[in-house]
Amino acid sequence: MTLPTIGYGRTAIALHWLIALLIFCAFPLGVYMHELPFSPGRLKLYSYHKWIGVTVFLLAIARVAWRIGHPAPPPAGMPAWQRIASVATHHLLYVLILAVPVSGWLMSSAKGFQTVYLGMIPLPDLLAKDKELGDMLTTVHQILNFTMAALVITHVAAALKHYVVDRDEVLGRMIPLLDRKK
Amino acid sequence: MKKTATALALGALFLAPALAQLDAAKSSVVAVSKQMGVPVDGKFKRFTAQVSFDPARPAEGKASVEIDIASFDLGAEDFNRETVKPEWFNAAKFPKATFVTSAIKPAGAGKFEAAGKLTIKGITRDVVAPVSFKVEAGQQVFEGVLPIKRLQFNIGEGEWKDTSTVADDVQIRFRIVTAKK
Repeated sequence: MTLPTIGYGRTAIALHWLIALLIFCAFPLGVYMHELPFSPGRLKLYSYHKWIGVTVFLLAIARVAWRIGHPAPPPAGMPAWQRIASVATHHLLYVLILAVPVSGWLMSSAKGFQTVYLGMIPLPDLLAKDKELGDMLTTVHQILNFTMAALVITHVAAALKHYVVDRDEVLGRMIPLLDRKK
Repeated sequence: MKKTATALALGALFLAPALAQLDAAKSSVVAVSKQMGVPVDGKFKRFTAQVSFDPARPAEGKASVEIDIASFDLGAEDFNRETVKPEWFNAAKFPKATFVTSAIKPAGAGKFEAAGKLTIKGITRDVVAPVSFKVEAGQQVFEGVLPIKRLQFNIGEGEWKDTSTVADDVQIRFRIVTAKK
């Protein structure tokens, strides 16, 4: 008897990679841009960073909604600690793809700069301008980001370990090209 | 004859509305610009104004406002350090911006148009500011929004001429409240 391949659907795969790609743009941009001297280029990059962040947030909402209706495939046979670590990492990553953009938006509000998505759609400022709060939220935004970066490294390392060491189908579920059962 | 003339002159002096000073705490001058579509408020923290205005005789009214350019506050230190630089306001060379009325005329109930000369960064342009007027607790209140183009005053030189980052249109929102006599 052969078990049917249980994987992620196309929508889940597309959302995963789209969000990953945007984060791989926004994260280095965020690290780079605040070191730049005051210039039109800097102002542009700040806006692009914010627009990418808003896009990640919107896609993350769609992704969580989709995931609720389409449960993830059950974990492959692996020790309990790995299963727990995997579930915890995935849940934290879901939280962070929502929390990181929100923290950036609030930070921007508190610093007195409204976020205008794509330069056209103004987001409400939930916080009034407050320098101390702005500085505090900057720290929050940084901590959340570096936590996310650490989890992404763990996530990628684990996926590669499944593919290279365990030689199982875990990575193939998210990269159909690498699916060993095909 | 001479006496009459002197009396008339004195009378005119007496009748002419005195120049009112500014109630700085209630007054504000804010420049609203847009960068990448984001409205950014910059407040001029120090300015003075002299106003002589009688709503019944607007044509005789006059006002002058003098703004301390270095007091411009965008609410972020790194921005404030930049705006005084030569590419922007060049505050060292042009420390003051001024507006001096040349003609005031009525424009509907409680509204007037104040034509005058606006000087920023050493460049003088004729502008017409729409002004709404009211009296609050014995103080004269003049409010309005004057749209200007920043590049007409050379504000933002070099790479900052690019209006796709910082728009050319800037609104000067003013609220001038005269001190109680």
